Amino acid sequence: MRKVVRGFYAVAHAVKLCRPNIICAYPITPQTEIVENLAEMYANGELENCKYITAESEFDAASILVGASATGARTFTATSSQGLILMSEVLFNAAGMRLPIVIVCANRALSAPLSIWNDLQDSMALRDAGIIQIYVEDNQEAHEMIPQAYKIAESVMFPTMVCIDGFKLTHAYEPVDLLDQEFVDNFLPPYNPPIKLSIDNPLTFGSYAPPHCYMEFRYRMHKDLVKAKETIEKVFKEWAEIRRDWGGLIEYKEGKTVLVAMGSLVGTIKEVAEENGLGYLKIRTYRPFPAEEVREALKDCENVIVFDRAVSFGYEGILTIDIRNALYGEAPDVYSFIVGLGGRDVPKSLIEKCVSKVINKEIKPGYSFEGLKEFEEVLY
Amino acid sequence: MYFGKGHSGCYGCPLPIVVRNVLEALEGRCFVVNPTGCLEIISSQYGRSAWGVPYIHSLFENAPSVATGIVNALEVLGREDEGHVVVFAGDGATADIGIGNLSAMLHRNDNVLYICLDNEAYQNTGTQQSSTTTPGANTTTTPAGKVLPGKVSRRKDMIAFALAHKIPYVATASVAFPRDLRRKAKRAVEFRGAKYIHVHCPCPTGWHFDPSKTIYVAKLAYETALFPIVEFELGNLVRVRKIKKRKPVEEYLKVQGRFKHLFKHPEGKKIVEMLQQIADENAKMFGLDV
Repeated sequence: MRKVVRGFYAVAHAVKLCRPNIICAYPITPQTEIVENLAEMYANGELENCKYITAESEFDAASILVGASATGARTFTATSSQGLILMSEVLFNAAGMRLPIVIVCANRALSAPLSIWNDLQDSMALRDAGIIQIYVEDNQEAHEMIPQAYKIAESVMFPTMVCIDGFKLTHAYEPVDLLDQEFVDNFLPPYNPPIKLSIDNPLTFGSYAPPHCYMEFRYRMHKDLVKAKETIEKVFKEWAEIRRDWGGLIEYKEGKTVLVAMGSLVGTIKEVAEENGLGYLKIRTYRPFPAEEVREALKDCENVIVFDRAVSFGYEGILTIDIRNALYGEAPDVYSFIVGLGGRDVPKSLIEKCVSKVINKEIKPGYSFEGLKEFEEVLY
Repeated sequence: MYFGKGHSGCYGCPLPIVVRNVLEALEGRCFVVNPTGCLEIISSQYGRSAWGVPYIHSLFENAPSVATGIVNALEVLGREDEGHVVVFAGDGATADIGIGNLSAMLHRNDNVLYICLDNEAYQNTGTQQSSTTTPGANTTTTPAGKVLPGKVSRRKDMIAFALAHKIPYVATASVAFPRDLRRKAKRAVEFRGAKYIHVHCPCPTGWHFDPSKTIYVAKLAYETALFPIVEFELGNLVRVRKIKKRKPVEEYLKVQGRFKHLFKHPEGKKIVEMLQQIADENAKMFGLDV
């Protein structure tokens, strides 16, 4: 059913169709309306076998889901920015305990200065947590990613986070072809993990591991997360067969010069690429990182232009670091532009300006912030 | 066995006594949530778990939230009859780092039995003060020095804190009185909603007394009224453990190394007087004297 809805609803409706048992969240802009939509469905009795729990913080919310998930419940939360960072201690822990919690991050900048607006600094700061991170381009993809996220999470037993640009997607009205219950029920089996907290089989969760065994746990976690790429591809393929082909871990169109981005910015780079006969690369799965796929796609091109919306302060754009590492020993020059922090608009003209600098050889490979204003302009 | 096999507690540790008594009282039908701390460290090493009941440790400050998750999951999954959800948490996890999450759980009135094992400091990491450390105690972060007489501020009143949330059952208990503790655990789970029991657990390692004296020291805390044993149902004080002949607080202080400086320190006398005043207040507030 095609309907004009906001990003919030596209997510909330998909979550409902996945039949979660425990939903728990704490309000934060620009995520809040996702869980408000779910709270309304709950209040109206539309969520079967489900409890919607209010928390006193994102930390509380994520912790509640740890308990629920370990007991065998299907769980959901959504958050943004400071909320995600507040959750981070729990999420690192949930990853180590291999709990398949599904999180939507409505991407927002981090403080200070405080900004409610969009960039990717929040989720990218959690790249080393051991949680799967998938970035979507529009609200249709966001909607369709939710059931896939559950299937992935529950197959490989890792928390899985779907990252959706705050405001740019969450608040946008778009026509979305909504899934129906029967379709999702056929795609996503009920969650019934063999290992859970139960009286019949009293297990100890969350042991501590001395040096003689800690490293093996972490090695196993890493190995499984790398291997999860196969499962993610399989789930994406299955979805492509029954619904729509959104690509694999990456979506790629070849070219001598290739533009790279994640999230809603992909729409803009695709348009610029098309109009100028360039290639593009969309990173869909950021963790586990599709290094081989990226290398295979980019190794023979001349210029790789990465548009980063998150910074490893004191180094450079975070996505660029990963892309360049994947290309180590290969020929392409990598150019990196840090754009759109804290909701700064990234119009097509800015992308075109960056591209022309590269193509006209006005700059050397490296990184720069683009779209900056003069100090006086910021003051007044 | 619900708890105990191979735990690595110190000699004289009160924690296994409390845990065993509660689990036995509830016939082992418990999902245990345990934050980081002494109990977790002595019982949950990988491959050597001392727990015969389903057990989860997540973080230091989130046990109440994890318990909320479990109890609600059991309910929506139709598994409520499997057992009670019980938190065993130290005083640091309860009164300090996890108090926000505890408040949230009590506020939601989730069907959880929360048991605070109060050994009055971060004993697991070498006796740093917590907000339930008794004033005057020498800890590694409030050492008795030439100027300062050890910990200065008063114990956080966790009973008042729990009562403020209007939960159905709030009580204190002591490792010295296991029968009372067992009765309270059983009574608590008769109420639906959040239950809070604060159990006094003297720590021979951190308080510096002989490991054979754990129960003796716990009894003195009760006999001096420094640790009142009380029980509230639906906000009303329904029972107190009366004291036949209340002892002066010095008797409790003198048997513990953590207070020995008080009897020579220039500020010591003031602290002892303050503690006696606190004991007198307790006795009056709860009508402890026979």
